[in-house]
Amino acid sequence: MNHTPAEMETEIETNTDFEVSSLDEICINDSVLHHPWWFNLKYLFAGILFGIILVKSEVISWFRIQEMFHLASFHMYGVIGSAIVTGMISVFLIKKFNIKTIYGEKIEFHPKKLNKGQIYGGLIFGFGWALTGACPGPLFAQIGTGAFVVIVTLLSAVLGTWVFGLLREKLPR
Amino acid sequence: MIEFIRQPWPWYVAGPLIGLTVPLLLIIGNKRLGVSSSLRHICAACAPVKIPFFQYEWKKEAWNLFFVGGIFAGGFIAATFLMNGQPMKVNPNIVSQFSAYGIHDLHSSVPSELFNWHQLLTARGLIMMVGGGFMVGFGTRYAGGCTSGHSIMGISNLQMPSLIATICFMAGGFLMSNLLLPFILKL
Repeated sequence: MNHTPAEMETEIETNTDFEVSSLDEICINDSVLHHPWWFNLKYLFAGILFGIILVKSEVISWFRIQEMFHLASFHMYGVIGSAIVTGMISVFLIKKFNIKTIYGEKIEFHPKKLNKGQIYGGLIFGFGWALTGACPGPLFAQIGTGAFVVIVTLLSAVLGTWVFGLLREKLPR
Repeated sequence: MIEFIRQPWPWYVAGPLIGLTVPLLLIIGNKRLGVSSSLRHICAACAPVKIPFFQYEWKKEAWNLFFVGGIFAGGFIAATFLMNGQPMKVNPNIVSQFSAYGIHDLHSSVPSELFNWHQLLTARGLIMMVGGGFMVGFGTRYAGGCTSGHSIMGISNLQMPSLIATICFMAGGFLMSNLLLPFILKL
Protein backbone atom coordinates (compact mmCIF):
# COMPACT_ATOMS: atom_id res chain seq x y z
CA MET A 1 0.00 0.00 0.00
CA ASN A 2 2.54 2.51 -1.07
CA HIS A 3 0.68 5.54 -2.29
CA THR A 4 2.02 8.40 -4.28
CA PRO A 5 1.11 11.78 -2.79
CA ALA A 6 -1.53 12.25 -5.52
CA GLU A 7 -3.19 8.94 -4.60
CA MET A 8 -3.12 9.84 -0.93
CA GLU A 9 -4.94 13.06 -1.62
CA THR A 10 -7.68 11.29 -3.52
CA GLU A 11 -8.00 8.86 -0.68
CA ILE A 12 -8.28 11.66 1.86
CA GLU A 13 -11.05 13.26 -0.10
CA THR A 14 -12.99 10.04 -0.49
CA ASN A 15 -12.37 8.65 2.98
CA THR A 16 -15.75 8.26 4.64
CA ASP A 17 -14.84 5.36 6.87
CA PHE A 18 -15.05 7.25 10.11
CA GLU A 19 -14.95 4.17 12.26
CA VAL A 20 -11.47 3.42 11.02
CA SER A 21 -10.68 7.10 11.19
CA SER A 22 -11.74 7.45 14.78
CA LEU A 23 -9.55 4.51 15.71
CA ASP A 24 -6.73 5.70 13.57
CA GLU A 25 -6.85 9.47 13.72
CA ILE A 26 -4.71 9.47 10.62
CA CYS A 27 -5.00 11.15 7.28
CA ILE A 28 -8.43 12.61 7.90
CA ASN A 29 -7.37 16.12 8.69
CA ASP A 30 -4.57 16.59 6.27
CA SER A 31 -3.45 20.03 5.32
CA VAL A 32 -3.10 20.54 1.59
CA LEU A 33 -0.21 22.85 2.33
CA HIS A 34 3.25 21.42 1.95
CA HIS A 35 5.88 22.91 4.18
CA PRO A 36 9.57 22.17 4.51
CA TRP A 37 10.50 20.01 7.50
CA TRP A 38 11.63 22.88 9.71
CA PHE A 39 8.06 24.17 9.92
CA ASN A 40 7.69 21.27 12.36
CA LEU A 41 10.02 23.04 14.79
CA LYS A 42 7.04 24.99 16.07
CA TYR A 43 5.63 21.71 17.37
CA LEU A 44 8.96 21.05 19.06
CA PHE A 45 8.55 24.34 20.95
CA ALA A 46 4.92 23.55 21.75
CA GLY A 47 6.14 20.19 23.09
CA ILE A 48 8.80 21.86 25.22
CA LEU A 49 6.17 24.09 26.84
CA PHE A 50 3.87 21.12 27.32
CA GLY A 51 6.69 19.07 28.87
CA ILE A 52 7.65 21.85 31.28
CA ILE A 53 4.02 22.19 32.41
CA LEU A 54 3.71 18.41 32.89
CA VAL A 55 6.78 18.39 35.14
CA LYS A 56 5.97 21.56 37.10
CA SER A 57 2.38 20.45 37.75
CA GLU A 58 3.73 17.09 39.02
CA VAL A 59 1.24 15.16 36.89
CA ILE A 60 4.16 12.98 35.76
CA SER A 61 4.69 11.88 39.36
CA TRP A 62 3.97 8.29 40.26
CA PHE A 63 2.90 9.36 43.76
CA ARG A 64 0.44 11.95 42.41
CA ILE A 65 -1.15 9.26 40.25
CA GLN A 66 -1.54 6.97 43.27
CA GLU A 67 -3.07 9.87 45.23
CA MET A 68 -5.57 10.39 42.43
CA PHE A 69 -6.60 6.73 42.34
CA HIS A 70 -6.94 6.69 46.12
CA LEU A 71 -9.03 9.90 46.12
CA ALA A 72 -6.38 11.28 48.47
CA SER A 73 -5.82 14.61 46.74
CA PHE A 74 -7.73 17.02 44.55
CA HIS A 75 -4.62 18.04 42.61
CA MET A 76 -4.89 15.71 39.59
CA TYR A 77 -8.64 16.23 39.31
CA GLY A 78 -8.08 19.98 39.41
CA VAL A 79 -5.41 19.83 36.69
CA ILE A 80 -7.34 17.55 34.33
CA GLY A 81 -10.68 19.23 35.05
CA SER A 82 -9.46 22.78 34.47
CA ALA A 83 -7.54 21.65 31.37
CA ILE A 84 -10.77 20.21 29.96
CA VAL A 85 -12.77 23.35 30.78
CA THR A 86 -10.10 25.54 29.14
CA GLY A 87 -9.98 23.27 26.10
CA MET A 88 -13.76 23.21 25.86
CA ILE A 89 -14.05 27.01 25.92
CA SER A 90 -11.25 27.25 23.34
CA VAL A 91 -12.89 24.78 20.96
CA PHE A 92 -16.25 26.55 21.42
CA LEU A 93 -14.70 29.93 20.59
CA ILE A 94 -12.82 28.54 17.57
CA LYS A 95 -16.06 27.10 16.20
CA LYS A 96 -18.21 30.11 17.05
CA PHE A 97 -15.90 32.72 15.54
CA ASN A 98 -14.64 30.41 12.80
CA ILE A 99 -11.06 31.11 13.81
CA LYS A 100 -8.53 30.06 11.16
CA THR A 101 -5.02 28.66 11.48
CA ILE A 102 -2.06 31.02 11.08
CA TYR A 103 -2.00 29.88 7.42
CA GLY A 104 -5.63 30.87 6.94
CA GLU A 105 -6.96 27.31 6.81
CA LYS A 106 -10.27 26.33 8.37
CA ILE A 107 -9.78 24.47 11.65
CA GLU A 108 -11.45 21.10 11.37
CA PHE A 109 -12.89 18.74 13.94
CA HIS A 110 -13.90 15.16 13.37
CA PRO A 111 -16.37 13.11 15.34
CA LYS A 112 -15.16 9.97 17.10
CA LYS A 113 -17.27 6.87 16.77
CA LEU A 114 -18.08 4.72 19.76
CA ASN A 115 -16.65 1.22 19.72
CA LYS A 116 -15.70 -1.43 22.26
CA GLY A 117 -12.08 -0.34 22.03
CA GLN A 118 -12.73 2.69 24.19
CA ILE A 119 -13.97 0.37 26.94
CA TYR A 120 -11.51 -2.56 26.73
CA GLY A 121 -8.57 -0.44 25.63
CA GLY A 122 -9.49 2.23 28.17
CA LEU A 123 -9.43 -0.27 31.04
CA ILE A 124 -6.12 -1.76 29.89
CA PHE A 125 -4.57 1.70 29.65
CA GLY A 126 -5.94 2.50 33.13
CA PHE A 127 -4.10 -0.54 34.53
CA GLY A 128 -0.89 0.59 32.88
CA TRP A 129 -1.35 4.18 34.03
CA ALA A 130 -1.64 3.11 37.69
CA LEU A 131 1.42 0.83 37.43
CA THR A 132 3.80 3.15 35.60
CA GLY A 133 2.41 6.41 36.99
CA ALA A 134 2.47 7.74 33.46
CA CYS A 135 0.38 8.18 30.38
CA PRO A 136 2.26 8.46 27.07
CA GLY A 137 3.10 12.19 27.38
CA PRO A 138 4.57 11.87 30.87
CA LEU A 139 6.68 8.87 29.76
CA PHE A 140 8.66 11.20 27.50
CA ALA A 141 8.82 13.87 30.20
CA GLN A 142 9.96 11.40 32.90
CA ILE A 143 12.86 10.30 30.71
CA GLY A 144 13.70 13.97 30.21
CA THR A 145 13.86 14.53 33.96
CA GLY A 146 16.60 11.91 34.14
CA ALA A 147 14.63 8.76 34.99
CA PHE A 148 16.40 6.87 32.22
CA VAL A 149 15.04 3.45 33.16
CA VAL A 150 11.66 4.71 31.91
CA ILE A 151 13.13 4.22 28.41
CA VAL A 152 12.36 0.54 29.00
CA THR A 153 8.74 1.42 29.81
CA LEU A 154 8.52 3.57 26.69
CA LEU A 155 9.95 0.82 24.46
CA SER A 156 7.49 -1.59 26.01
CA ALA A 157 4.68 0.86 25.20
CA VAL A 158 5.88 0.97 21.57
CA LEU A 159 5.84 -2.83 21.58
CA GLY A 160 2.31 -2.80 23.03
CA THR A 161 1.17 -0.50 20.24
CA TRP A 162 2.83 -2.78 17.68
CA VAL A 163 1.16 -5.89 19.10
CA PHE A 164 -2.18 -4.07 19.02
CA GLY A 165 -1.60 -3.32 15.32
CA LEU A 166 -0.82 -7.00 14.76
CA LEU A 167 -3.94 -8.29 16.54
CA ARG A 168 -6.30 -5.47 15.64
CA GLU A 169 -8.49 -7.42 13.20
CA LYS A 170 -9.01 -10.20 15.75
CA LEU A 171 -10.00 -7.96 18.68
CA PRO A 172 -13.64 -7.07 19.49
CA ARG A 173 -14.59 -3.70 18.06
CA MET B 1 9.68 35.42 39.28
CA ILE B 2 12.15 32.54 38.89
CA GLU B 3 11.52 31.63 42.54
CA PHE B 4 7.81 31.44 41.82
CA ILE B 5 8.39 29.23 38.77
CA ARG B 6 10.63 26.90 40.77
CA GLN B 7 7.84 26.06 43.18
CA PRO B 8 5.40 23.31 42.18
CA TRP B 9 2.61 24.87 40.11
CA PRO B 10 -0.89 24.67 41.61
CA TRP B 11 -3.60 22.94 39.60
CA TYR B 12 -5.36 26.19 38.72
CA VAL B 13 -2.21 27.40 36.95
CA ALA B 14 -1.09 24.15 35.34
CA GLY B 15 -4.52 22.87 34.25
CA PRO B 16 -5.51 25.91 32.16
CA LEU B 17 -2.00 25.99 30.63
CA ILE B 18 -2.38 22.35 29.58
CA GLY B 19 -5.83 23.19 28.21
CA LEU B 20 -4.38 26.05 26.15
CA THR B 21 -2.24 23.53 24.29
CA VAL B 22 -5.46 22.53 22.49
CA PRO B 23 -6.06 25.89 20.74
CA LEU B 24 -2.31 26.42 20.34
CA LEU B 25 -1.89 23.27 18.23
CA LEU B 26 -5.09 23.92 16.30
CA ILE B 27 -4.10 27.46 15.44
CA ILE B 28 -0.45 26.87 14.56
CA GLY B 29 -1.25 24.05 12.17
CA ASN B 30 -4.67 22.39 12.49
CA LYS B 31 -3.27 19.67 14.76
CA ARG B 32 -5.31 17.96 17.40
CA LEU B 33 -3.56 17.35 20.71
CA GLY B 34 -2.66 13.69 21.17
CA VAL B 35 0.48 11.97 22.35
CA SER B 36 -0.15 8.23 22.05
CA SER B 37 -0.29 8.41 18.21
CA SER B 38 3.45 9.04 18.35
CA LEU B 39 3.93 5.43 19.48
CA ARG B 40 2.11 4.29 16.36
CA HIS B 41 4.25 6.50 14.14
CA ILE B 42 7.36 5.00 15.71
CA CYS B 43 6.02 1.52 14.83
CA ALA B 44 5.17 2.66 11.30
CA ALA B 45 8.64 4.14 10.88
CA CYS B 46 10.67 1.32 12.44
CA ALA B 47 8.80 -1.95 12.03
CA PRO B 48 5.72 -1.70 9.80
CA VAL B 49 6.41 -5.25 8.41
CA LYS B 50 3.19 -6.11 6.60
CA ILE B 51 0.72 -4.94 9.23
CA PRO B 52 -1.99 -2.82 7.54
CA PHE B 53 -2.36 -0.66 10.68
CA PHE B 54 1.17 0.62 10.13
CA GLN B 55 0.95 1.14 6.35
CA TYR B 56 0.62 4.87 6.03
CA GLU B 57 2.85 7.79 5.34
CA TRP B 58 4.09 8.39 8.86
CA LYS B 59 6.22 11.29 7.64
CA LYS B 60 3.01 13.26 7.16
CA GLU B 61 2.45 12.95 10.90
CA ALA B 62 6.03 13.90 11.76
CA TRP B 63 4.77 16.95 13.68
CA ASN B 64 3.70 14.54 16.42
CA LEU B 65 7.24 13.19 16.75
CA PHE B 66 8.58 16.74 17.01
CA PHE B 67 5.97 17.39 19.71
CA VAL B 68 7.00 14.39 21.84
CA GLY B 69 10.65 15.25 21.28
CA GLY B 70 9.74 18.62 22.75
CA ILE B 71 8.08 16.98 25.76
CA PHE B 72 11.33 15.10 26.42
CA ALA B 73 13.35 18.33 26.12
CA GLY B 74 10.82 20.18 28.30
CA GLY B 75 11.22 17.50 30.96
CA PHE B 76 14.97 18.00 30.87
CA ILE B 77 14.71 21.82 31.05
CA ALA B 78 12.23 21.73 33.92
CA ALA B 79 14.24 19.21 35.93
CA THR B 80 17.55 20.98 35.34
CA PHE B 81 16.64 24.64 35.75
CA LEU B 82 13.16 24.97 37.22
CA MET B 83 13.10 22.84 40.37
CA ASN B 84 13.58 23.99 43.95
CA GLY B 85 14.92 20.65 45.20
CA GLN B 86 12.17 20.17 47.78
CA PRO B 87 10.43 16.80 48.12
CA MET B 88 6.87 16.60 46.81
CA LYS B 89 4.11 17.23 49.30
CA VAL B 90 2.13 14.03 49.12
CA ASN B 91 -0.85 13.08 51.28
CA PRO B 92 0.67 11.54 54.47
CA ASN B 93 -1.67 8.53 54.29
CA ILE B 94 -0.36 7.69 50.85
CA VAL B 95 3.24 8.22 51.97
CA SER B 96 2.88 5.84 54.90
CA GLN B 97 0.93 3.31 52.84
CA PHE B 98 3.75 2.99 50.29
CA SER B 99 6.49 3.30 52.91
CA ALA B 100 5.34 -0.11 54.08
CA TYR B 101 6.62 -1.48 50.75
CA GLY B 102 9.93 0.36 51.02
CA ILE B 103 8.93 3.18 48.67
CA HIS B 104 9.94 6.55 50.10
CA ASP B 105 11.46 8.64 47.32
CA LEU B 106 9.52 11.89 46.94
CA HIS B 107 12.23 13.70 44.98
CA SER B 108 11.96 11.94 41.64
CA SER B 109 9.04 11.74 39.21
CA VAL B 110 9.15 7.98 39.64
CA PRO B 111 10.25 6.55 43.02
CA SER B 112 13.82 5.34 42.62
CA GLU B 113 13.22 2.27 44.82
CA LEU B 114 10.78 0.94 42.24
CA PHE B 115 12.05 2.32 38.95
CA ASN B 116 15.70 1.39 38.56
CA TRP B 117 17.74 -0.99 36.38
CA HIS B 118 18.14 -3.64 39.09
CA GLN B 119 14.39 -3.82 39.65
CA LEU B 120 14.06 -4.89 36.00
CA LEU B 121 15.46 -8.24 37.10
CA THR B 122 12.68 -8.74 39.65
CA ALA B 123 9.09 -9.88 39.07
CA ARG B 124 7.82 -6.66 40.62
CA GLY B 125 9.93 -4.42 38.41
CA LEU B 126 9.15 -6.42 35.27
CA ILE B 127 5.41 -6.20 35.87
CA MET B 128 5.48 -2.51 36.70
CA MET B 129 7.86 -1.21 34.04
CA VAL B 130 7.63 -3.69 31.17
CA GLY B 131 4.07 -4.91 31.81
CA GLY B 132 2.79 -1.44 32.67
CA GLY B 133 4.41 0.10 29.62
CA PHE B 134 2.98 -2.60 27.38
CA MET B 135 -0.52 -1.95 28.73
CA VAL B 136 -0.12 1.80 28.20
CA GLY B 137 0.84 1.28 24.55
CA PHE B 138 -1.68 -1.46 23.79
CA GLY B 139 -4.55 0.15 25.70
CA THR B 140 -4.19 3.67 24.35
CA ARG B 141 -4.11 2.49 20.74
CA TYR B 142 -7.05 0.12 21.31
CA ALA B 143 -8.97 3.01 22.91
CA GLY B 144 -7.90 5.35 20.09
CA GLY B 145 -6.21 7.87 22.36
CA CYS B 146 -4.89 8.64 25.82
CA THR B 147 -5.37 11.28 28.47
CA SER B 148 -4.42 14.05 26.03
CA GLY B 149 -6.24 12.83 22.90
CA HIS B 150 -9.41 11.59 24.60
CA SER B 151 -9.70 13.21 28.02
CA ILE B 152 -8.56 16.69 27.04
CA MET B 153 -8.94 17.07 23.25
CA GLY B 154 -11.89 14.68 22.84
CA ILE B 155 -13.98 15.90 25.75
CA SER B 156 -13.18 19.53 24.82
CA ASN B 157 -14.80 18.71 21.47
CA LEU B 158 -17.78 17.16 23.32
CA GLN B 159 -17.15 13.64 22.05
CA MET B 160 -19.13 11.01 23.98
CA PRO B 161 -16.68 8.19 23.04
CA SER B 162 -13.89 10.22 24.64
CA LEU B 163 -15.89 10.63 27.84
CA ILE B 164 -16.53 6.87 27.93
CA ALA B 165 -12.84 6.19 27.29
CA THR B 166 -11.89 8.56 30.13
CA ILE B 167 -14.28 6.86 32.54
CA CYS B 168 -12.66 3.54 31.62
CA PHE B 169 -9.13 4.97 32.09
CA MET B 170 -10.15 6.01 35.59
CA ALA B 171 -11.95 2.73 36.36
CA GLY B 172 -8.89 0.72 35.27
CA GLY B 173 -6.62 2.94 37.34
CA PHE B 174 -8.76 2.62 40.47
CA LEU B 175 -8.89 -1.16 40.12
CA MET B 176 -5.15 -1.49 39.61
CA SER B 177 -4.04 1.02 42.23
CA ASN B 178 -6.36 -0.19 45.00
CA LEU B 179 -6.85 -3.89 44.39
CA LEU B 180 -3.92 -5.29 42.40
CA LEU B 181 -0.98 -2.98 43.11
CA PRO B 182 -0.68 -4.05 46.79
CA PHE B 183 -0.11 -7.65 45.67
CA ILE B 184 2.36 -6.65 42.96
CA LEU B 185 4.35 -4.51 45.39
CA LYS B 186 4.71 -7.48 47.76
CA LEU B 187 6.42 -9.57 45.07
